[in-house]
Amino acid sequence: MLIEHIIASFFASAAFGIIFQAPRNTLIKCGLVGMIGWVIYISLVWEEVDSVPATLIASFVIAMVSQMLARMYKTPMIVFSVAGIIPLVPGSLAYDAMRSFVQNDYSLAISIAAKAFMISGAIAFGLVFSEVINQILKKMRRTKAQVR
Amino acid sequence: MERTEDLIELCLLIGKMMMQNGAETYRVEDTMTRIAQSFGRDEAQSYVTPTGIVFTISPGAPAKLVRISDRATNLEKVKLANNVSRNITSGDMSIQEAYKELRKIETSPTDYSMLMQIIAATLASGFFSIMFQGSWYDFLPACIAGGLGFIALINFIRLFEIKFVAEFIASLMIGFTAFFLFSLGIGEEVDKVVVGSVMPLVPGLLITNAVRDLMAGHLISGLAKGAEAFLTAFAIGAGIAVMFALF
Repeated sequence: MLIEHIIASFFASAAFGIIFQAPRNTLIKCGLVGMIGWVIYISLVWEEVDSVPATLIASFVIAMVSQMLARMYKTPMIVFSVAGIIPLVPGSLAYDAMRSFVQNDYSLAISIAAKAFMISGAIAFGLVFSEVINQILKKMRRTKAQVR
Repeated sequence: MERTEDLIELCLLIGKMMMQNGAETYRVEDTMTRIAQSFGRDEAQSYVTPTGIVFTISPGAPAKLVRISDRATNLEKVKLANNVSRNITSGDMSIQEAYKELRKIETSPTDYSMLMQIIAATLASGFFSIMFQGSWYDFLPACIAGGLGFIALINFIRLFEIKFVAEFIASLMIGFTAFFLFSLGIGEEVDKVVVGSVMPLVPGLLITNAVRDLMAGHLISGLAKGAEAFLTAFAIGAGIAVMFALF
């Protein structure tokens, strides 16, 4: 049910905003960013896209939206992106991997850990990629202004 | 001369504050060198790691170092420090004013009360168990386990100051609560309950930041954050595994 996920991801991200002490007036935006990211991710996963590319796309969108909000409210981007990224982060995988390690199931643990690493790589790549695009846009705007 | 000293102290203080409260490595380096540049020090160099910052204002000058011993995430302080740096670079604030302002921010109390943070962790746990495909029957036990785990975490961190032990005990608490409630017949899938309720402890941000720092070429920062994340994940996994073995 999509509506369940919309509600849950909004409140979970906003709650994480409180745990990370985000400024009060950004909490709703944090929740919205997290919701957008999670809805994109979960709908891609339901369409049977693999979780790594799904994470990549979702984190790219989150970073773009966070950058936009950061510019609008003159606030560091991390305030918005952190709470938004949290639902995507492979925390449960990292925990699963560790649990398998301590239960002596090494082969399962290694494969889950590799997956967690891939997903965190995808998140980082999505963030970096959106930054690159942002810089290109900025440069293009600057050269346009110079031409004029 | 006086002014140079003040500028160095200011750069180190702002860098330390940002790093302590969870800003990205590149942003800290960027902020420090940019402040120095706005006072005409184009050759300032900073080297930022999660455990310490080295800063030098010009090639001939001695380098200064600050150590960062405790790290937390406080985005409000990152934002306020960022505002101060914005004001300095645009010339609206003198060095002394900025220094005073930063000291005030550093010691200001957090915006959210303990109770509010506990409530947030409680709700986040419940909603995460739903997001990880749990049913609504898992919502309540996840809330209880996550809330108790978070209370244990903040209290034990105060008690021993060793994060690893506090995280281990908090996850023991979560595991115990989840399995205990499950054995009473509350909750549908104990796995979803546990996964949801460990989320407030899980080093998700650190894992992502670690990979991101590695990609940006901040190799030491990346490895340090990775190691910190690994230790936390290990503590959580071990705590839950003990409960698995007991029940």
